[in-house]
Amino acid sequence: MNAKLSLRGVRKRFGDLEVCKGIDLDVAEGEMVCLIGSSGSGKSTLLRCMNLLEPIDDGEIWLDGVDIAEPGLDPQPIRQRIGIVFQSYNLFPHMSAVENVMLAPRRTKGLSRADLMPRISQLFEKFGLADRMQHFPDQLSGGQQQRVAIIRALAMEPEMMLFDEITSALDPELVGEVLDVLRELRQQGMTMVLATHEMGFARELADKVCFLDAGMILEQAPAEQLFSAPKEERTKAFLARVL
Amino acid sequence: MSDTAQQTGLAGASPAKPTRREIYEASVRRRSNRIALFSTLSVIVAIVLLIPLAPGWEAVQRSFFNGRVFAATFPGLAEAFLLNVMIFAWSAPLIALTGLAIALCRDARAPALFPLRMFGVAYTDIFRGLPVVLVIYIVGFGIPGLGLPRPWNSPYIWGTLALVLVYSAYVAEVIRSGIDSIHQSQRSAAASLGLSDGDTMRFVVLPQAIRNVVPANMNLFIALQKDVALLSFIGPVEIFRQAGVYKSLYANFTPYVGAALIFLALTVPATRYADYLMNKQNKQRS
Amino acid sequence: MKLLTTSAVALVLSASTALAMSHANCAAEKTLTEGTLTIATGNPAYYPWVMNDAPESGEGFEAAVAYAIAGKMGFDADAVTWVRTSFDEAIQPGPKNFDFNMQQYSITPERDEMVDFSLPYYTSAMAVLTTQSVVEAGATATIESLKGLKWGAVATTTALPILNNVIQPESDALLYNDNADVNAAIMAGQIDAALYDLPTALYLSAVVVDGGALLGQFPADQSQTPDQFGLLMENGNPLKECVDAAISELTESGELAAIEAQWLAEATGVPVVE
Repeated sequence: MNAKLSLRGVRKRFGDLEVCKGIDLDVAEGEMVCLIGSSGSGKSTLLRCMNLLEPIDDGEIWLDGVDIAEPGLDPQPIRQRIGIVFQSYNLFPHMSAVENVMLAPRRTKGLSRADLMPRISQLFEKFGLADRMQHFPDQLSGGQQQRVAIIRALAMEPEMMLFDEITSALDPELVGEVLDVLRELRQQGMTMVLATHEMGFARELADKVCFLDAGMILEQAPAEQLFSAPKEERTKAFLARVL
Repeated sequence: MSDTAQQTGLAGASPAKPTRREIYEASVRRRSNRIALFSTLSVIVAIVLLIPLAPGWEAVQRSFFNGRVFAATFPGLAEAFLLNVMIFAWSAPLIALTGLAIALCRDARAPALFPLRMFGVAYTDIFRGLPVVLVIYIVGFGIPGLGLPRPWNSPYIWGTLALVLVYSAYVAEVIRSGIDSIHQSQRSAAASLGLSDGDTMRFVVLPQAIRNVVPANMNLFIALQKDVALLSFIGPVEIFRQAGVYKSLYANFTPYVGAALIFLALTVPATRYADYLMNKQNKQRS
Repeated sequence: MKLLTTSAVALVLSASTALAMSHANCAAEKTLTEGTLTIATGNPAYYPWVMNDAPESGEGFEAAVAYAIAGKMGFDADAVTWVRTSFDEAIQPGPKNFDFNMQQYSITPERDEMVDFSLPYYTSAMAVLTTQSVVEAGATATIESLKGLKWGAVATTTALPILNNVIQPESDALLYNDNADVNAAIMAGQIDAALYDLPTALYLSAVVVDGGALLGQFPADQSQTPDQFGLLMENGNPLKECVDAAISELTESGELAAIEAQWLAEATGVPVVE
């Protein structure tokens, strides 16, 4: 078993509500895993647990053979290795796009703006935002903001990326430009876990699709298999609703 | 006059021909302007005509609006006001820095820093709970009374400290409310990038928080400008005290009116500016 | 008719009674409350002007003078009522709640334009209150030496113009609301010296200020504009004539000097500032 990230029996509760009820999941190096399921099924929480934004109550999370869920472990270096992009972009509104991107590498890796500039302007260029580097978030469209947020996460040169329904807040005509970015990353071989409602996209690109229901992974299978021949009744019902 | 202005405004908006709606709105506007003008004038006329009819008006005029006393004392008052400005000028930055430090104390989340948080809470509770003048007396006379040599017992130093203590408590609360107003998702985003708590506060939360509370703090600093006068209780002859001296010399309250005018000349523009900032911010939010 | 008879009888009975009666007539219908003389003093009233903050006792210089004046105006001690006012209340426009106000008001031409003053009932020397440690540090009773001191005074007194005109200190004086605050500043070492009228300074140096000392005095008779205390009245108060007559009489008869000798300490030991 040569997984980049392995979850074993991950449990997370908020008060009386148990959101993750013992989740096992393996993400191999270079693999793209999609989490699907209705709202409230625990997809977002699971992602936030993976990079330690939420401490888990029980279970293990192994990253490259190290249990990062060990209580008392400093989460900062781990978070630098696992990037995450949120549904609501969460750009820093008081900084220009390029400052948003540079802040974390400058502070955590001690790099200067000059050090970072070549690589970062390359990223902006690659994702079609070369002329938007000096813009502030409120001067950008939702799609542009989300692409800046992805660049911001990538600028930390993470080993893997988590995407939390990053197209859900976008107008339909802006979804495409963000999904293109994901395709690009897929091509580069980035290890990715996505929570998504874009079933067509998941079917097209994912190596593995997991159906979450009430805090558990009810069914996981290669994308084609899960979409064309789901085994569980609830998976079928869900797919019938969304497809 | 206002008609032509409106017409040019209309012409700018639609060079061809005003629409039915625009014509209607212009007439409504003219009507409300007329009513506003009429009611304002009526009130002013009533004040100007009626107050002097009061039986004591002459006496009031002699002791509060005495031209001779005003002319004799106004230059001295203006000069004394420079001291207010100076005290304000060195107090304000100290208050801002101390307020920020106290706000950060109250926001300290690490358990090891619990005493710091307790200190922040006690500080803001105590100094917001005390009248400024009391703190000025206690600190301004009390601490020098411990036997400090000159110049370290100066009422300027300890009076300033009293102002800093009280006002930084208010500023700290305002800044803290600004910190609380920053959505948790901003902290999450910063944490997800691997930023430390300190960096998150310094680069992500505080810049936004402070910007949000600029108008509220402006109001505090306008209040401070007025409360600088309370330092006169422990010796410094600023404008309020100078007015009191003149009042005593002339047995006349006109110097207070002069001092009030000088205060207003500064605080009214500052207040208008704070309101302007506040409105701008509200518009941005909506 | 009856009134006439009574006064006629009184006239015959004794000259002094007759005099009192004529004053009583002069105050008739001019006081706040007919038959009562309402006198204001400070809150609190200070020693030695009023003893124990109780003017009703007639003890203390101003309390005693007040009853003497009242007597000359034809008011029994029973007919005198006391009220308390601050300086500001005394000069505010509108009806007053006193017939006259007595709390060491210095008579100045500027003040006289706004309120009325009686003839002076006391002429005060000004005195320099300081501490033993300042004296030990070398301060002496010369203008030269006084210039270098850090000065304080009560803001609402005429001490300030005297300070600025006669001593002309090198650094600006600090000013305070009342005696207590000046004393606090002296004891905190924020000021070296304060200027008071002599009786107040004597009292403060002896009783109130720890290690207090009287450095020197500016005698009234050596000053071009001596500090004279008068009764303060509302501008145009019809009672003024009556009050002035009473004060003149007290002055001429030597009664005023006797009261002064009884209540105000001898200041002969205090050196004169050169």
